[in-house]
Amino acid sequence: MTAQVITITSGKGGVGKTTAVANLATALAADGKKVVCIDGDIGLRNLDVILGLENRIVYDIVDVIEGRCKLKQAMIRDKHYPDLYLIPAAQTRDKNAVSPSDMVRICRDLRPDTDFVIIDSPAGIERGFRNSIAAADRVLVVTNPEVSAVRDADRVVGILEAEEKGSPSLILNRLNPALVRNNDMLSAEDVLDLLGIQLIGVVPEDEAVIIGSNRGAPVVTDPRSRAGQAFRNIARRLQGQDVPFMDLEGQSSFWSAIQRLTGRK
Amino acid sequence: MFNLFGKKRSAESAKDRLQLVLVHDRTDLTPAQLEALKNDLLAAISNYIDIDPDAVQIGLERDGRSQRLVADIPLRGLSRRRTG
Repeated sequence: MTAQVITITSGKGGVGKTTAVANLATALAADGKKVVCIDGDIGLRNLDVILGLENRIVYDIVDVIEGRCKLKQAMIRDKHYPDLYLIPAAQTRDKNAVSPSDMVRICRDLRPDTDFVIIDSPAGIERGFRNSIAAADRVLVVTNPEVSAVRDADRVVGILEAEEKGSPSLILNRLNPALVRNNDMLSAEDVLDLLGIQLIGVVPEDEAVIIGSNRGAPVVTDPRSRAGQAFRNIARRLQGQDVPFMDLEGQSSFWSAIQRLTGRK
Repeated sequence: MFNLFGKKRSAESAKDRLQLVLVHDRTDLTPAQLEALKNDLLAAISNYIDIDPDAVQIGLERDGRSQRLVADIPLRGLSRRRTG
């Protein structure tokens, strides 16, 4: 196998990047894929707590880069999925401890016996973001249907295009269908029209996400959660499957329009 | 889209405002710079042809992820010359 390296980024903080990484990695592992996720947010480590692995950290990514341990020693195995690993960020260092070529080298070492490497980018468009996209084969941009998040997402898409990383795909997170129906929230159609990139998934706002992060158990493991279903669908799309978009609006005229726009039936 | 008081629903305001902001973000052109560009363009064109400055429309438009500067500049003398 040779891994696909996917970076998840957003520009703005707090839109759900880490949640998306934890859920997509878990869903891919549940589908039997070998997955390594990397926390790219040096100094503000968080993916470990979202995955519930914070007590197992011995070495981190900076230890690997500075030669204090082997790559395998910094890979923490998940509690439930034996083919899911986390490479944690260093908590007491800053972004300058990692360079883009370090990320490329680590991903090159992971590629031969991994299906997916998923990198959690820090917010912003500086060093940590540049490190996180350096090795990416594919970039997913997470945003919320809010003016500030969409504006920052647009900046990031512009930078990715300038860096010739190809056009990223959009995860629209925390959409509130009732507010959209009431015309008090940007719809998926609005955000797609504004950003001009392809959609890979819309995740509805769901209390189960917070409950899952409280417990360190990503929401994809909750079969009743709508957000969990949305993330499972995105994971299938990453594997090349054609999964129809969920009907979050309750009535489908608008969703069929989106599906036509994105070429999905 | 409009409620009883004729006020825009907030999603529509969000979209309208974002459309403007994104065009200026993407082109790195402030509204003031765009205004200056318009004036320079009009001055340059006026050196060659007679135009009606009040009828001119120049603005940035979005086309997917690319922007274009669209100018609609009616010429004053042309129709007169043709007809008579």
